[in-house]
Formats: sequence, C-alpha cells, structure tokens
Amino acid sequence: MEHIAIIGNGIAGITAARHIRKQSDFRISIISAEAEHFFSRTALMYVYMGHMRWRDIEPYEAQFWQKNRLDLVQGYVEKIIPEENTLFFSDGRHMTYDRLILATGSRTKFFGWEGMELPQVTGLVTKQDLERLGRLAPDNIHCPRAVIVGGGLIGVELAEMLRTRDIAVTFLVREKGFWNNVLPEGESMMISRHIEAHGVELRHETGLGKILSDEKGNVRAVQTTEGEEIPCNLVGITTGVTPNIGFLKGNGIETDRGILVNRMLETSAPGIYAIGDCAQQREAWGNRPTVEAVWYTGRMMGEVVARTICGIPTAYQPGNWFNSAKFFDIEYQTYGWVFPDIKRRSREAHFHWRHKNDHQCVTVAYDEEDGTFLGINTFGIRMRHPVLDSWLTGGKSVDFVMEHLHEAGFDPEFTSANFQDIRRAYRSELKSTTT
Amino acid sequence: MSSIDRDMSLTGHPPTQITFRQKLASGLGMAGLLLLLLAWLNVDFPNKTLWLTLSLAAMASGVIWFSAEAYRHQPAGIKNNGVYFKAMTSRGFRAWILALALTGLYILLYFYPATLGLNPDGANHGLIALFDPLSRLLNGHQASQWFVYGTLYTLAILIFGIKFIWKYRHNRYEVIRTISVMFFQTAFAFLIPEIMARLNGKLPYYDLKSIWPLNYYNFERYRINAFIDAGDIGLAMLLFGILSVFVITPLLTYFYGKRWYCSWVCGCGGLAETAGDPFRHLSDKSLMAWRVERWVVHSVVVFVTLMTTAVVYSYLGNDGGKYWLTRDSFLLGVATLLTLVFAWAMIWKREQLQKDARYGAIGYFVIIISLIGFHYLSGDSNVFLFRSETLRKSYAFLIGAVFSGVIGVGFYPIFGSRVWCRFGCPMAAILGFQQRLFSRFRITTNGGQCISCGNCSTYCEMGIDVRAYAQKGENIVRSSCVGCGICSAVCPRGVLKLENGPHQGRNESREFPLGNDPDLLEQVLHSAGKTKSSQSI
Repeated sequence: MEHIAIIGNGIAGITAARHIRKQSDFRISIISAEAEHFFSRTALMYVYMGHMRWRDIEPYEAQFWQKNRLDLVQGYVEKIIPEENTLFFSDGRHMTYDRLILATGSRTKFFGWEGMELPQVTGLVTKQDLERLGRLAPDNIHCPRAVIVGGGLIGVELAEMLRTRDIAVTFLVREKGFWNNVLPEGESMMISRHIEAHGVELRHETGLGKILSDEKGNVRAVQTTEGEEIPCNLVGITTGVTPNIGFLKGNGIETDRGILVNRMLETSAPGIYAIGDCAQQREAWGNRPTVEAVWYTGRMMGEVVARTICGIPTAYQPGNWFNSAKFFDIEYQTYGWVFPDIKRRSREAHFHWRHKNDHQCVTVAYDEEDGTFLGINTFGIRMRHPVLDSWLTGGKSVDFVMEHLHEAGFDPEFTSANFQDIRRAYRSELKSTTT
Repeated sequence: MSSIDRDMSLTGHPPTQITFRQKLASGLGMAGLLLLLLAWLNVDFPNKTLWLTLSLAAMASGVIWFSAEAYRHQPAGIKNNGVYFKAMTSRGFRAWILALALTGLYILLYFYPATLGLNPDGANHGLIALFDPLSRLLNGHQASQWFVYGTLYTLAILIFGIKFIWKYRHNRYEVIRTISVMFFQTAFAFLIPEIMARLNGKLPYYDLKSIWPLNYYNFERYRINAFIDAGDIGLAMLLFGILSVFVITPLLTYFYGKRWYCSWVCGCGGLAETAGDPFRHLSDKSLMAWRVERWVVHSVVVFVTLMTTAVVYSYLGNDGGKYWLTRDSFLLGVATLLTLVFAWAMIWKREQLQKDARYGAIGYFVIIISLIGFHYLSGDSNVFLFRSETLRKSYAFLIGAVFSGVIGVGFYPIFGSRVWCRFGCPMAAILGFQQRLFSRFRITTNGGQCISCGNCSTYCEMGIDVRAYAQKGENIVRSSCVGCGICSAVCPRGVLKLENGPHQGRNESREFPLGNDPDLLEQVLHSAGKTKSSQSI
C-alpha cells in the first residue's frame, strides 16, 4: 500500500489528508512537532481570552484520527533525503514514504532587531507562542505594559488578547493607518480609530529600533525608530510571517522565500509536493502573491493536491480572491480585489461609503473605463460569498452590483439594512461625477 | 487537561474580578434573596405586600444594575472574555454551589411544598405566605407553591432577559427574540391564566402556549371535564389545544423552523436563553452525547405518546351509541395517524433520514405493538398491564418533575442550559422531526469563509457541532437546533445565517467549500441528508 507522509498538521496538511482518505486507501502519516492534534490557528486568541478551551479549537475529536486511519506522528523532521524517500527526525527516528507533502506553514518573520532574543519577545503563530503568552502575560500585575510591533491581522489579534487582561498596549504601526498597505485609507483610518477606542495606544508611522533589557536580561523597554523609549514587559512581533522551511536547507529541494512549486504543487523533487503557507508559486496567479499565508488558500491547496495524489492530476487554480478577519468588534470581509491607494491599478476606481456610527463601511472597486465590478470590502456588514463570487465570475458591472447589493447581504435577520443608504450615496456620487 | 488550559486558567490570573459597583449590585440582589430566605424561616413580616415588593425589587434592580455595570461601559460586541476562567461559568466551586441550591429548591417545590409553607387546608405560612397578597390580587386565592415558582420564574426571565439584551444589543435578532420570550412568559404563562381563572372559575389553569406533549396533562380526564363544564370558552380552548398539536405547530415549524417555539415562545426555552445564557457553552458537543440525545429524547416521545393514549383510553367508553369516540375508534385513530406519518417519512424522506430511520422505525413499532396490547389486554380499570394512572404518575414524576426541573434547571451550571430541551423535551423532539424533514428553516453556511475556530460549536447550547458542517461548507439542518442565533452572533467571520428559504437546495452539500475554481473541481452536488456523522471525513 502506498504510503503518503504529510509534514505539518495545519489546515493545509489536514485537508490534504482528509481528501486523500476520502478518495483512497493509502497509508497516511501526518507528522507534527507542534501539537498532538490539528487545531484552528486563527482561534489561538480565543483560548487566551477565555472564550474557549484548547480542546474547543480542535475541530475533530481525538477518535477521528484513528477511525479514519490517519496516523499521527509526533516529531520534528530535521532532514529529508528525496533520493531515498526518507525523513529523519531530530530524535534519531526515520520514516520512509512513497510520496511526501510538505505543509509546514509559517513562522514569525523577525527583522534582526537588537534584543529580539530576549525571553519576553514573542510572535503569535504557534501553540508554543500561546503557551509563552500565558506565562509572560498572565495578568496586568506580572505584565503591566506591552508593545506590539507591526500593524497587520496578527497584531490586532494580539492587542485584543492583551486588552482582555487589562494590559496597557502600545501598537507600533509603520503606515499612516492600520493595515494601510492592504486597506484603502477610509477603512484603514476607521479601524485605527476603533483600535484606539479599545484603549490601545496606536503609534502610526513608527517602527521598532531595538529592544532594551534590564540587568537581569529581561525586556525593559523598546526604542522606536524615532528614538523614543517605551517601557514595557512584553514585546509582540507581528510584522508578518515567512515560510517555515529552515529544515530543508541542503536537501536538494528548490526554495526561494518558500518551497518553489509548479501549478501541480510539485516541488523540484519528484513525488514531493508543497502546499499552504510554506509553498511559493513559481508563477503568480493573477493578483495573488506567490506566497499566500491565508487559511483558505491552505485549505484549497490541500483539496487540490489530494486529487493529484489520488490519480486525478489537478492544477492549483484558485477562484476569485476572498478573505475575512475581525478587528476587535468589527468584522471584515473582502471579495475580489480592492487595492489600497499605493497599489491601485491604473483604471481602478473606488466608491466608498461609511456609516455615521464609524463602525460600518463599504468600498467597491470597479474599472473606471468599462465599469466592471472588481471587488468589494465590507466592514460591519456580512456579505454572501456565493453571490459575490458569481458576480465576479460573471463580470457584472458596478451599476448592477450597487443595484443588487442587498441580495448579497448576509447579516442576521432583522438587522437594519444599510443597503438603501449605500445605493443612494452611490447614485448621488454618480450624478456629481457625470454633471 | 492540556498544558495551555492549565496555564490559562490556574497559574494565570486574568482579571475576572467584578468591580466595586458590581459588588454593591450583587449585595442588593442578595438582600432581596435574603428576604425570601427569612420568610422561608418563618420570620413573620408585618406587611407582606411591602416586603414582597421590596424583595422582588431588590433582586430585579440588583441584576439589572450588575448587567449595566458589566456592559454599559463597553462597546457593543461579543462579551465572552474570561468565560472559561470564571468559577461560575466553568464548573468551578461557585457553579456547584448554585447547582446544589437550585436542585434543592426544585426538590422542595415538587416533593415537599409543605416545607416552603404550603398549607392547602388553611392559611399558608413561611415563604409561600409572603406571596399570598400578589396571588389574591391576580387570581383571588392564596398562593400555591406553583404561584411562587411562576412568579420567580417570570421575574428571572424578565431581569436576565434585560441582561441578555444588554449583552447582545448589537444583534437585533437576539434583542427581538428575547423581548418575545419575555412577553410570552409574562402574558401567556403568568398573567393570562391567573386572570382567566379569576374570570371563569371553572376553567382549568391553561397556559395557551404550552402545547402537548410538553403540556403532557392537557388531555387528562379532569381537564377535559373542566373544559367541557366551562361552556363555549372551555370547548374553544380544548379545540385550540388539539389544533395546536396538529395544525398550528406544524405550519409554523414549516415556515420558520422550530425556533418559533423553542427560542421565541417557550417558557423552558425562555429561562434557558436568559438566566441560562451564561452556561450555554457547557453543553456536551461529543458524538457520544449526540447518540445519547437521540435515544433518550425519542424514548420520551414514545413514553408520552403511550401515556397520553392510555390516559385518554382509560376514560373513554366502549359504547358508540353514547359518545362517538369509543376506546376502539380512538386506538384505531392513533394507529392510523402514526402509520400515515411513518409511511410519509419512510417513502418521501428516507434519504434524509438515513441512520435515523432506524430510530423512527423502532419507536413506531413499539407504539403500534403497545396499542394492540391496549386493545387485547386491557380491562376496565387498567390499560395493558398497568393502570393508566401508574403510567401517568411515573411520567409526571420522572419526566415532568425530575427531568425538566431538577436536572433540567438545577444543573444549568454543570451541564448547560438546555439539557431538558435537548435530551428530554418530547415537544422539541416532535418539532425537530418536522424541522428536519419539513421546514424552510436552515442555518446557511457562507461559502468557504469558515476558519474552523469553534466559537459556534462552543456556544451552541444544544451541543450541535456547528463547525463540523460549516467547515465543509454545508448548511446546518439539524432537528435539535432551536434557532437561538448565537452561533451566528459569535462567528468572527460572518459565516452563519439563520434563514427561511425554499426547500430546494437546503440540504445540498458540496465536495469542496467555495474557493478553488469551480469548473476545475466540478463541484459534485448531491442532495444528501445531514444524518451522516458530523465527524465523517
């Protein structure tokens, strides 16, 4: 029986394993050094916040793995010899495989700051990061002040986590507004205000210079790029993630930032595939970056590679881009492409609507020459994925989308709908630009 | 316990303490409770009206003040911080104390009302006497233990309802739903029956929203007699009781799912959604619990059907000349109705039933064989081998008292707030059957947006593993779902929406959630039911 080994038990690896099991009788081994069972990485924050216990963020019960003959192997793979189809573990064990899937995910990207090796400096990517946070920041007596570096999705999660324990948080953001390299300005500034309303001290256009320690070797403060010293007991590094591929050095598998794969998700070594955050497409897919560190793309690559492994060669061919997140109390969804001002394409025009409550807004991107709908960002308004997906695929016009936007609403019943206001604002803006 | 659970809840000390004002508010509420305790200990209050008012007002304002302090200063949004760190909401010491106190109260209420001061032959004393003035005002009689219970129950739904509305003020579905349960409890369960009894002394106490089989005693002889004796209004109420079972509930469930009842109208649901809300996450989500649930709740349905049939049978006559409904025609009627329902489900809905068909078949045949037994083995005073009274009494004791009250509410802080609704309520089971097979209601999963975080499953009071469906991009069509809407509220990515819609496509499941190019993966649509284990691969 063919043996499929999967390194990594995150969403990519587990999705691949589930779909291989659905379609085949292969022996499947899932290897992880991080956690005994698959867990939802995006839910790490809820354990610290006390919304859920660890076992609640594991999507499958313990018996699931045995029942579906998915062998879980605990161990850290140190070396791969592709020519011999063999993996070597750090504890001396080894394992042979017929085909191998690399799904090792991401790790925190550190920028080599002075002091980053101090014990109170942490990212928020792994189970071990969560455990570290539990130790370092149990409450605001042991950890009165924290500084978070990097204004992205993980940074705002960490800020929300620490605020639930009344820890003072200073958030250093390099851009003018929160996540301004992804969000258009109106949205970015609204989220910045929301973050501040939750008691976070937001420092825009400020970066980390170095981390300062006291005589015992503990974090005492950070120094910003402006030279200011901010005292703190914890430094959260959330300046992004990078493929977790250190163990592949010298194994003969081609890498760049990530493990290089072709459309079939094959690496340069025969029989070895790479999926999820650790993979880097040799050729970019439309507007997508070549390394996509997103839950959904991990899942999608897992689905595709499973088909290839089970005898139906299938290329990774993602559909319309979508994503979602939550910034404290404000949910965010995006469908298609809406670029921030700095990255805007030549014909990309935006319509922006913001509710006077400053908690809801919508940005619609369209082609200003032919009026094609390009994408939508919504904040505080839930949208229906299948509907927007079909509009994007069907190349609908922005006028059509604005007239039918209510059909794509997904908020709970009785929610007072804003769609009428949005449509009215769109029409009046249209009028003012045509006259 | 994993190392993180330990770190997060024991060695770590996240701020779960309450503020000074919340302490004052708790003190005020406790003072109100203390007055009740003193009354129970036979402290003779000179002016009962005044002291009862003081006690109820202190409890109400204590809870409302506490909630205001908890939520007023915070922005609207999900308020689950520290739920698993607080002893009260994570089966800690306080939770057990509360569970024991509630359980004790139920035992006294059901089995030892005299210790609370009930005296049916003369003047009440103790706790029950304190409620006499209010009872006289509403129905003209002195209070019973059920009047005391009803008053406190209604008060709890009202004040914890206000707390719930504050907590979920950003979600209009939750706000409107909670106003609905508060209204139905106050008007239909509390005020109208008392006032009706005052206006027409012959009418039996009738909470119009309590429908058979939840109201398992509705067709007992003494009630039927009372309805008939009360004249036209009584007959109308009897007719309403029958229509509720066979016409009104199936229709409403078809249009809105069983939520119209379980989380918008029902009193048990009302208490669970308000006072029970802090404990909703304690429901057991395991596959094992689901298995137990299906066996237990459907056994209760079989039990209540047999019990009611036996009770009605026992007071019907054999002579068709005296009254059109005889024992035999009644048994035949019950058997025919059940056969029709069973045949409909097996022929038209077999695909959706899958494994559950077995449960249905077992239940159906148990009932039919028992009915045949009734016919051949019953004498004048007994039905089958038992006296119908024995069946009735054991149902009232086991299900009506122990299950719904002592375990159902007493163990809120341990098993969660919907133990009765999930494992015991025959009404919920019947509505659930309709919801699964014959309803426009579903929880829609939003394409491929699920991140498997688990908030939905964790905060599902009915123990449904919502995530198991959502992460596969499948809609949630489960008989036990009461439509409280909390899974949708706590979802951080806007994945879930409760809605009524066309039957077509309700059960559809895809091979893959939305994401990859659909042409490529030739998404295999197949209308499969949701019976397959929620943890199927």
